Amino acid sequence: MNIGELFEGIISFGSIYDFIDGFVPEGLDWLAFTVGAVILAFIVINVMIMSTAVYTWFERRTLGRFQNRLGPNRWGPYGLLQPIADLLKLITKEDTTPDEADRWVMLLAPIVLLVPTLVVVAVVPFGDNSFLGRLNIGILFVLGVTSVNTIAIFMAGWGSANKYAMLGAMRGVAMLVSYEVPMALAVVGVLILSGSLAMFDIVQSQSIPFLIVQPLGFLIFVAAASAEMSRTPFDQIEAESELGSGYNTEYSGIKFALLFLAEFMAPIINSMIIVVLFLGGTNGPSIIPGQIWFIVKTFVVVFALLWVRATWPRLRVDQIMGFAWKGLFALSLLNIFAIAIEVVIFQDDAGNISTSSLWIMSAINWVLTVVAIVVTARVLGQNKLERPAPTPSPLANMYAEAD
Amino acid sequence: MTIRTEPVTINLGPQHPSTHGVFRLRVTFDGEVVLDVEPVFGYLHRGSEKLAESRTYVQIVTLTDRMDYIASMSNNLAYVKAVEKLADIEVPERAQYIRVISAELQRIASHMMATGFLLNDLGAFATPLMYCFRERERILDLFEMLCGARITLSYMRPGGVLQDAPDDFWPALDRIVEDLPASLDELEDLITSNEIVLTRTRGVGMLTAEQAIDNSVNGPMLRAAGVQWDLRKADPYEVYDRLEFDIPIGSDGDNFDRYTVRIQEMRESVRIIKQCIEQIPDGPVRAATPFFIRAPEGDAYASVEGPKGELGFYLVSDGGISPYRCKVRAPSFINLNPLREMLIGGKMGDLITTFGSIDIVLGEVDR
Repeated sequence: MNIGELFEGIISFGSIYDFIDGFVPEGLDWLAFTVGAVILAFIVINVMIMSTAVYTWFERRTLGRFQNRLGPNRWGPYGLLQPIADLLKLITKEDTTPDEADRWVMLLAPIVLLVPTLVVVAVVPFGDNSFLGRLNIGILFVLGVTSVNTIAIFMAGWGSANKYAMLGAMRGVAMLVSYEVPMALAVVGVLILSGSLAMFDIVQSQSIPFLIVQPLGFLIFVAAASAEMSRTPFDQIEAESELGSGYNTEYSGIKFALLFLAEFMAPIINSMIIVVLFLGGTNGPSIIPGQIWFIVKTFVVVFALLWVRATWPRLRVDQIMGFAWKGLFALSLLNIFAIAIEVVIFQDDAGNISTSSLWIMSAINWVLTVVAIVVTARVLGQNKLERPAPTPSPLANMYAEAD
Repeated sequence: MTIRTEPVTINLGPQHPSTHGVFRLRVTFDGEVVLDVEPVFGYLHRGSEKLAESRTYVQIVTLTDRMDYIASMSNNLAYVKAVEKLADIEVPERAQYIRVISAELQRIASHMMATGFLLNDLGAFATPLMYCFRERERILDLFEMLCGARITLSYMRPGGVLQDAPDDFWPALDRIVEDLPASLDELEDLITSNEIVLTRTRGVGMLTAEQAIDNSVNGPMLRAAGVQWDLRKADPYEVYDRLEFDIPIGSDGDNFDRYTVRIQEMRESVRIIKQCIEQIPDGPVRAATPFFIRAPEGDAYASVEGPKGELGFYLVSDGGISPYRCKVRAPSFINLNPLREMLIGGKMGDLITTFGSIDIVLGEVDR
């Protein structure tokens, strides 16, 4: 048995259900169904939480290398046990609530933020046969569920009765709602090409990765996704140097740990969705099982996002909104327009597009992408502003002879 | 239906990641727009000027370390120059060169810190800051060779410096002078042409030459506004009149100009140090002074071009072993004058970066 089959056997709901159904008497299928679902949810949630723990370690070590320092290296080999130390510290801290706070809203916010992030995993196609939920509207479900975090962030900001938190939350709502639009529109390009909303079909239709076919859509989606998870250059919600810590300023203890968990899980989930939509998911040379391909691709995307975070400063709040509506929105409409026309031209009578046609489309789209980005940079960018050579002000002249 | 809105007053500080110490800004926001700013300071007040009245002239050097703790060497230099003027002490030539070298090294270290924290305020997640700190650490290592301390140096003495530089100081200095331009290039590659940095800093926190002069702003802030004014050229002290260097200026007086002026000043400092290494003569490094310096009755003001602006000490002597009065012209404090003009009307993000670009040290603001 190769690794892929083993993995599918563990994670597919059908096999777990069949296994449990063998033990329960006739007529109690619902019990087997419930138990199977709980077991599967337990596995998936814990795998996600553990991978988030590893990711926090990876992020901190990598940032350390970017910044000429070591990163956490005390606790365990290469500091690998650092997430456990962090968690223990957070759990043992006092869980405070400010006097003025709206207790229930403040308590619920971390849960409302974390749950959608985990629910999204259910529809991600990890393998050829393994599905946690075979949803025919998978990508719609993803977009819908992830937009819940806007409410969670506003709940956290409102509930804590803190001005910094409130400012962060208000920025967050404005920004997240704005970036939902280009994100959804970037997905439309993928949907037109693949002709299906199901994540599995999207993966299947990528005989060449959609990154190559529609680079513009990929770039828009990555920018919007990094805004959705509020990472630099879009980290207005936290904006450490401006708002202290933004919406989670008043959180401590286990509630903060949950916020932290959701925040660090977001890059992994977003990378998975990027991999499914644009990098061909589990597709790859069959020497290595598809699941490994998926993990490797996710890792590459996570690293690229981390690289951006380590390098770039943050945009100002009005500039972020301007970038969404003036830049990304227009570009995503252009992307849809181009893809739609190309699909009409290249599809055959059965509605399929051959691989060679996809290559031609890629060539057209790359040219379009470069032109579109150069034009956008010209219109919105700052580099065009040439400065005159500085001339000394006549108000004070230190070379003048003293009288 | 109209929605009622009201301005919100927020205390930025004294505990806040971007106040560079324990500074407090009472800011009134209308949404994200700054309506009013009221600076509150004094949290780090230790009464250095009053303490100086009960210390001998040499002991006061340690008090000056703790004013601008980012750039102790420049504080030391300004203070000992005031004492030398007051008590009429001649400084040996070698000591003057060593003073210039250490003051310029201190300028680089201070500007590195200012640049790094400005970028941190812009939201770059500590990466440029750590690049800057790497260079600053190397300079602090040099200071450790000179006097054993890294931050509170107390290296200068009235009449010279504490001791001559050790033999291994000179090769280490050569290496740093060789490496620094490359490090600055690296930093500029990362930052100066970055679209986001340009968007965030150009045209933000503007200060015209008139405003700067009206507010007695000094140092890189004044030069960024386009006024070519530097005490090292305007009123040369030590051996600056024998050295060749340029005074970089900016055109608009915005945050970007302040940043570029600091970068160029670091390059000029490297030039100055190179010339000093070539010119430095042999000889004593400290004039013979009595253990208790007794200055004749009178007063003296001496100022140097510190990393943050004109740093001056005004000493009044009644003939005793300690000054009757010691007054500091602290550039960090005076550069805060145009704060309201620069901040009001901007966004919250601009407030943080403009405040960071002023480059204040609270030890010097509050003294």
